Amino acid sequence: MPPTSDDPDKARRFREAALPHLDDVYTLARYLLRDASDAEDAVQECYLRALKHFDSYRGPAMKPWLFAILRNVCNAEYARRAHRPSALEDTPGAAEQTPIWQESEASPETEVLRSRDAGAIRKLIEALAEPFKETFVLREINNLSYREIAETVGAPIGTVMSRLARARALLRAAWTAEEEQAK
Amino acid sequence: MTCDEARILLHALLDNELDAGHAREVEAHIAGCPGCAAELAAQREMQRVLADTNLRYTAPASLRARIEASLPEPQRQPSRRSVLRGFAMGSAVSALAATGIVAIVLRQDDQQRILSEVVSAHLRSLQAGHLTDVISTDQHTVKPWFNGKLDVAPPVIDLTAQGFTLVGGRLDYIDARAIGAVVYKRRQHVINLFVSQTSSTEHRPPKTQTMQGFNCRRWGERGLNFWAVSDIGADELAEFVDKFETAMKANVEG
Ligand SMILES: [Zn+2]
Repeated sequence: MPPTSDDPDKARRFREAALPHLDDVYTLARYLLRDASDAEDAVQECYLRALKHFDSYRGPAMKPWLFAILRNVCNAEYARRAHRPSALEDTPGAAEQTPIWQESEASPETEVLRSRDAGAIRKLIEALAEPFKETFVLREINNLSYREIAETVGAPIGTVMSRLARARALLRAAWTAEEEQAK
Repeated sequence: MTCDEARILLHALLDNELDAGHAREVEAHIAGCPGCAAELAAQREMQRVLADTNLRYTAPASLRARIEASLPEPQRQPSRRSVLRGFAMGSAVSALAATGIVAIVLRQDDQQRILSEVVSAHLRSLQAGHLTDVISTDQHTVKPWFNGKLDVAPPVIDLTAQGFTLVGGRLDYIDARAIGAVVYKRRQHVINLFVSQTSSTEHRPPKTQTMQGFNCRRWGERGLNFWAVSDIGADELAEFVDKFETAMKANVEG
C-alpha cells in the first residue's frame, strides 16, 4: 500500500535521485545474494527503507548511500539463511589466511588470461568469499572510488585497499586454476 | 617499500587512487622488482579483460514496477470516486443519477479498480514462493485441483506446443472474491491468467491496457471474465490470448 500521507514532492525527488541507480543496486544484490529472486526482494526492501529515511539523507552520494542500505538488507537476509555461511560482517576464515599473492611457476606469457564468457566470469566473482567480493564488486563493477567504498562498508581506506588486493588475487587464482583444469 | 606493501599499493596505482608521491614510490619498487612487475602486468591484463566483459545485471521490469508501485504518486489526480463524492455534496447528484451518468462513471471506476487489483495480484505472485499452489505442466493435474475450491473451475489449457508453457495454478483474490489463476511462462516471463465467473454471457472482445508497466489483456467469453497479465510485450500477450481462445474453442467443440 503506498503511504498516502507522504509529500508527493518528496516522492518525486526520491524517484529522480534513487531510481536511476536501480541497475547498480540490483547488480550488487545479485552478487551478494547469488539468487535472482532474493536479490529482487532485497532491492525492493532497500528502496522502501531509503524512501523512509530520505528526509534525513544529507549525503554521501546517492549511490553509496543506497549500497549501504542494501548491505544492511543483505546482512539481514544472510542472518535469515541461517544454514548459509559467510554473512558480510563475519570475519572470513580460510580466505583471510590465503596469501595475497603466490609465486607462480608459469612464465608471464603463459599466464595471459583467456577471454571468457560473461557468465563464467560472473560465477567466479560470485564465488569469492566476503568481504572481498563486495569490495571487488563495488570497485570493479559499480565503479566506486576507494573513499566511497570505505563509506559504504564502514571500514578505513587501508582496509578497503588490502581487501581489494586480496579479492583480485583470489579471483585471478580461481580463474587460472579453471584454465589449468580446462587444458 | 616491501613487496607486501607493493602488492597492495599496485592496485591503487592501477585504479589511479594514489597521489603523485606514493605513485612514484610504487613505480620505483616495481622498476627494481621483477616479481611485483609481473604481478602488476597480470593484474592490468585481468582488469582489461574484465572491462571488456559485461558483468552488470539489469533490474527486471517487474522489479522496477514493484518499486514504482510502492512510491506515492507524483501528482495524485482526484479519482473518479472522489469526484463523485464531490458531486454528492451538492444537489447535482440526483440529476446525474437520473441521466445514468453516475452508473457509467462508477462502472469505469470499478473496471480500473479491478484492473489495478489484477496487477497487484500479478505482482504478489512474482514474489518468491507465491506463484503457484499446484505446480504441474499437465492440464489434467491442474484442472481437477481447482474443483471444489471455486464455484466454476477455470479452463486449464496446455499451450506448451504453442510456445506458452503451463506451469501451474493458484487461488487468488480479486474484488474480495476467490478466483482462479492459471500460470504460464513465456521464456522467463510469467503470465497470470485470472478467470472469474460473470452473469453476462455476451462476448467481449479482447482489449489491452497497461498499468504499472504490465500489459493486461481482458476479455469475456461464455460467462467468464479473463485477465491475462504479464511483462511480455503487448503483441506477444495478444498472441497468447489468440492461442488460448483458439484452443478453448477447439476444446468446447471437440
Ligand atoms: Zn616487490
